[in-house]
Amino acid sequence: MPEVLSAPLVVEFPFTRSLGPVQSAFLTGLRERVVLGVRTTDGRTLVPPVEYDPVTAAELRELVEVAPTGTVTTWAWNHAPRRGQPLTTPFAWVLVRLDGADTALLHALDAPGPDAVRTGMRVRVRWAAERTGAITDIACFEPHDGEPVRPGGHTGAFEQPLTGIVTPARLDYTYSPGRAQSAYIDALSARRIVGERCPSCRKVYVPPRGACPTCGVATAEQVEVGPRGTVTTFCIVNIKAKNLDIEVPYVYAHIALDGADLALHARIGGIPYDRVRMGLRVEPVWTEGARHPDHYRPSGEPDAPYETYKELL
Amino acid sequence: MTGRNTPGPRDIAVVAFAQTGHRRSTEDSSEVEMLMPVLHEVLARTGLKTADIGFTCSGSSDYLAGRAFSFTLALDGVGAWPPISESHVEMDGAWALYEAWTKLLTEDTDTALVYSYGKCSPGSVRDVLTRQLDPYYVAPLWPDSVALAALQAQALMDAGHTDEAALAAVGARSRADAAANPYAQLKGRVPQGDYVVRPLRTGDCPPVGDGAAAVLLAAGDRARDLCERPAWIRGIDHRVEAHSLGVRDLTDSPSTRLAAERAGAFERPVDTAELHAPFSSQEVVLRRALRLDDSVRVNPSGGALAANPVMAAGLVRIGEAAARVHRGDSDRALAHATSGPCLQQNLVAVLEGDPR
Ligand SMILES: [Zn+2]
Repeated sequence: MPEVLSAPLVVEFPFTRSLGPVQSAFLTGLRERVVLGVRTTDGRTLVPPVEYDPVTAAELRELVEVAPTGTVTTWAWNHAPRRGQPLTTPFAWVLVRLDGADTALLHALDAPGPDAVRTGMRVRVRWAAERTGAITDIACFEPHDGEPVRPGGHTGAFEQPLTGIVTPARLDYTYSPGRAQSAYIDALSARRIVGERCPSCRKVYVPPRGACPTCGVATAEQVEVGPRGTVTTFCIVNIKAKNLDIEVPYVYAHIALDGADLALHARIGGIPYDRVRMGLRVEPVWTEGARHPDHYRPSGEPDAPYETYKELL
Repeated sequence: MTGRNTPGPRDIAVVAFAQTGHRRSTEDSSEVEMLMPVLHEVLARTGLKTADIGFTCSGSSDYLAGRAFSFTLALDGVGAWPPISESHVEMDGAWALYEAWTKLLTEDTDTALVYSYGKCSPGSVRDVLTRQLDPYYVAPLWPDSVALAALQAQALMDAGHTDEAALAAVGARSRADAAANPYAQLKGRVPQGDYVVRPLRTGDCPPVGDGAAAVLLAAGDRARDLCERPAWIRGIDHRVEAHSLGVRDLTDSPSTRLAAERAGAFERPVDTAELHAPFSSQEVVLRRALRLDDSVRVNPSGGALAANPVMAAGLVRIGEAAARVHRGDSDRALAHATSGPCLQQNLVAVLEGDPR
């Protein structure tokens, strides 16, 4: 059995989110060094603010400025900051109830060590030098000995309020395709295409995933299929994909490789797009150094009769 | 949502349970390859074939897999051709079981297969779980799952509900119990270790691992045919709390208490409780919310501190509780599953065996 393969896989996405009126006011406020909460119908002030009361679900719109100073309600010392966290040096995660608020905000506290942190300690906002209207406009909190800072009574109305934010995210994985797909990819590197036969229904699946979807049992018996095959169905692609170096229109087809009971899909080349047809016999074209066929082209054989592939449509 | 006072139209039981040996990494197998032996085992216990199953429901997470619609590939393992009646929750399999239970209550089908799986090994589960947080105010700060649990642990200590020694004892008891569990990942004597995020140490945190679980549900007489001593679901309920951590009292779990009340857990004492507490401090919260005293055997399997395949660990709790009823080790067991940071969402099921 060949070694199971693995490769780095990075998933990155810049989530683009629209803001409601309360979130917009809060994040715009951070840009302007103003912290806003929202007042509930029973008179409590929620910071960070939400648009609906977590208890009654009533719509909330009354914005109220709170102080940039507050009290730590709980904390945790993070001696090994991770990527994306507010500080790169050891810090405390804190929930802070700002003066004037009834709920607590999660953020980081810059402190020399865990002995300098305790529940109940007084802290104040340290603003980021450059602010864009994001929770990270609060760079972190820092210890604060002085008096509570009095909030300015801002109404939450801003000249140029934010309407949306972009929150980038990145996660790193090491992807392993497992035994069956590793064997398939491994064979491809020797320009062979292998499927797996189901021990129960005897069908040959390609690419194999290690299970027969009909019988729900493991497949293990390897079967070499192709290299030639038959086009069972196809479509004509007219829209060019980003970063794709293929002229449109082109044909994408299902191809039943000889000996396989499931069609795989690939691009058809070497023939004008409007001449591709069901039953066309094709063969793979490998390019130098590629790990899988670049495309399939007509093999020159007569078309396959419909009866030979109708079960594979 | 049925307690004993408002019985459902039919009795539904867990009739079989199977799980993988949970391991740090299963990179040699794909999700479906990891899952299939468990599906075969749970079917073999009842003699059922995939074609006999009335409804299939699964739980998993694309963020763990790093791939969109990742659950569709796992469907190859249940024989989804010809077409089957199937559903999926992007949650722990315990919630898939809830959906299957509802389906059995409301539809003309007698059996349901529930499975879930999670591979934590391809990514960093601490980072992956940050993506379930509020995307406006919290996720941009990347507070990892241990950090959030540590905030809860400190709040518990400040409130006088526990201390570091008591937390260490929870971990030690869990791993000692896990020594008798052939499927557990971390068992026996495990050093309490250094702080991961203070006040939580390595020993307070779950192992990172891969695994899968499957449960078969059956209704009425069908359950009696398939299992010598079915684990009847007397009640099951799940509740959620506000997503903002600063709104919640982290030392309490009112959602767990309410779910337990609605599931009928407080009507008579239970003898066993399988609690889904990935962190030692969360067991402290759950014990208080569920009013469990020392007469209740808590996590005889070792719990999530011994094996925590994310998305399957909650279903494993229901399975372990049911298996104790099947074996006659328990007459009335409570099973709990959680999801989200600091016990945000909680599910409670009450399982009973027939009187002996
Ligand atoms: Zn088959």
